Amino acid sequence: MTDPAIKPHLTREHVAELLRQMVRIRRFEEKCVELYQREKIRGFLHVYIGEEAIAVGIMQALAPADTVIATYREHGHAIARGVPMTTLMAEMYGKQEGCSRGRGGSMHVFDAKTRFYGGNAIVGGGLPLAVGTALADAMQKRPSVTACFFGEGAAAEGEFHESMNLAALWKLPVLFVCENNLYAMGTALALSESETDIHHKAESYRMPAEVVDGMDVVAVEAAARKAVVAIRAGAGPHFVECRTYRFRGHSMFDSELYRDKAEVERWKPHGPIERFGAWLRQNDILHEAAFQAIETEVAAEVEAAVAFAEAGTWEPVADLTKHVTLEPES
Amino acid sequence: MNEIAPARIKTTYREAVRAAIRDALTADPKAFLMGEDVGHYGGCYAVSKGLLAEFGPERIRDTPLSESAFVGAGIGAALNGMRPIVEVMTVNFSLLALDQILNNAATLLHMSGGQFNVPLVIRMATGAGRQLAAQHSHSLEGWYAHIPGLKVLAPATIEDARGMLLGALKDPNPVLIFEHVMLYNMEGEIAADAGAVETGKAAIRRPGRDVTLITYGGSLAKAMAAAETLAKERIEAEVIDLRTLRPLDTATIIGSVARTRRAVVVDEGWKTGSLAAEVTATIMEQAFWELDAPVARVCSAEVPIPYPRHLEQAALPQPESIAAAARATLGR
Repeated sequence: MTDPAIKPHLTREHVAELLRQMVRIRRFEEKCVELYQREKIRGFLHVYIGEEAIAVGIMQALAPADTVIATYREHGHAIARGVPMTTLMAEMYGKQEGCSRGRGGSMHVFDAKTRFYGGNAIVGGGLPLAVGTALADAMQKRPSVTACFFGEGAAAEGEFHESMNLAALWKLPVLFVCENNLYAMGTALALSESETDIHHKAESYRMPAEVVDGMDVVAVEAAARKAVVAIRAGAGPHFVECRTYRFRGHSMFDSELYRDKAEVERWKPHGPIERFGAWLRQNDILHEAAFQAIETEVAAEVEAAVAFAEAGTWEPVADLTKHVTLEPES
Repeated sequence: MNEIAPARIKTTYREAVRAAIRDALTADPKAFLMGEDVGHYGGCYAVSKGLLAEFGPERIRDTPLSESAFVGAGIGAALNGMRPIVEVMTVNFSLLALDQILNNAATLLHMSGGQFNVPLVIRMATGAGRQLAAQHSHSLEGWYAHIPGLKVLAPATIEDARGMLLGALKDPNPVLIFEHVMLYNMEGEIAADAGAVETGKAAIRRPGRDVTLITYGGSLAKAMAAAETLAKERIEAEVIDLRTLRPLDTATIIGSVARTRRAVVVDEGWKTGSLAAEVTATIMEQAFWELDAPVARVCSAEVPIPYPRHLEQAALPQPESIAAAARATLGR
């Protein structure tokens, strides 16, 4: 008998939910870009547009007690994990109603309720943390998994290799998710890696690893479910390399001198929302009205998030040095 | 009523740290020790010798030579309910884990708006004196004392070696403990049931009225020896052991300097940009009008620590150089 957790069940409700989650991320970030241009959001803003299928697909396999660790391009992961769009947008603004009380901003989204541990802006820096959260689960005999997201650029960092080895050596419950969007900021994969098939690096640590089409939300979900079932059963860490593409610049400052505009245009029809939407239409799974309903609902959610952020308040300067250390309990 | 004096035991600094680890692991099932060679080898400085047999490999956890990953794993485990004690072989190797210590351990509470604290203890050896040359002998604790979000401890006595680790384990913040390599063999007596001690407060190890010697860690014994020499010259030096390098106990420093009106800061770190500079500046800001002489500093020479014994010793603060600096503040 196959475990029901292993395969995605493509019911109408489920496919609509996958689409809805991807649309939520896309529309939220499109609004963020607009708000950045209006100087409501400052600092660095890295959008996930084009990569939404990965966060949405992976999250389908996770339970509330699982842990998520992501990068500085993490709005999509936060939304897909269930961080409310309202507190997320307030965080983008730096308001104290934000999910990190405004202290982190776009790159440092944290949310204890959904076990969302950032928001790590040092490339590769989240991987050792994931090894540790998984170690704690293993030592406390909890059946939880840590999902750790990072880009292919992280594979060049020592922390990546140290963490792969340690997680495999100790058979820890980590799902490593490599979001291979082909560019580490502006450096193409072939210019930075002697081995461009990133999953082979994981295999060299004797970790089960597979490559999936990161533009296909169902493929990502299927790979995640399979891996998470194995991890929960005690098979140790698994690695999923999701091949994807970033449609926008690295950040809002990127003039994209390193890639051809035609290349970006070639990828666009393969975008996760575009492709999944086309498939749902071709197979008559979702009617036009359902697409419209999702767009209408999401537009309202984004507007409500902006209103929440606008109505948010600035933390008093008197609070500046709060949250640096905690007072020990007496 | 007769009180029975608590039993005292003869021990060493090394055994005191080991006893603290044993106490911690016995008292808290979530506590564990992790680091390079802490298990089968027994610890690079033999601190954890015997603990593997006592607690097993889950809780006395040998790691690969991956400072960044195992320190980061300590942070992650602390975030998720465990109470890790991470041993880094020496402060020089901790630089390989600096990303995790600074960018994660020290910042997570703040970046997350107070949601995620990191109750982690990281122990490491520091300092020179064993002829280990320029990649094993530096005193970089002052760098860590620069970082908001960390607590930095430097136990200089056997009581503190045992008690500060236990105190650090009650702290909900990341705490770094620096054990000077020359202290591990130090012998002494402590109460058999010695437990946690208060951190965050400096200690006056020797009272005096003429000059204050401010130091910590491996330099404490040297400052005490200098004070002994000075006493023979009728100079009564007060010796302050900082104990905690971050946050600094400025009240004890300023209180002492206000009485003695003279200060010598002794720090095995390099002088430029040092912890000694911080202490000196604090005295200037808060006790300038109390001073009868410029504050003096005795630090390591501005060289990577050399291998030959005579050069290594020449690079470090010594009782003679400390006593000379103290005399100079008195115009002698």
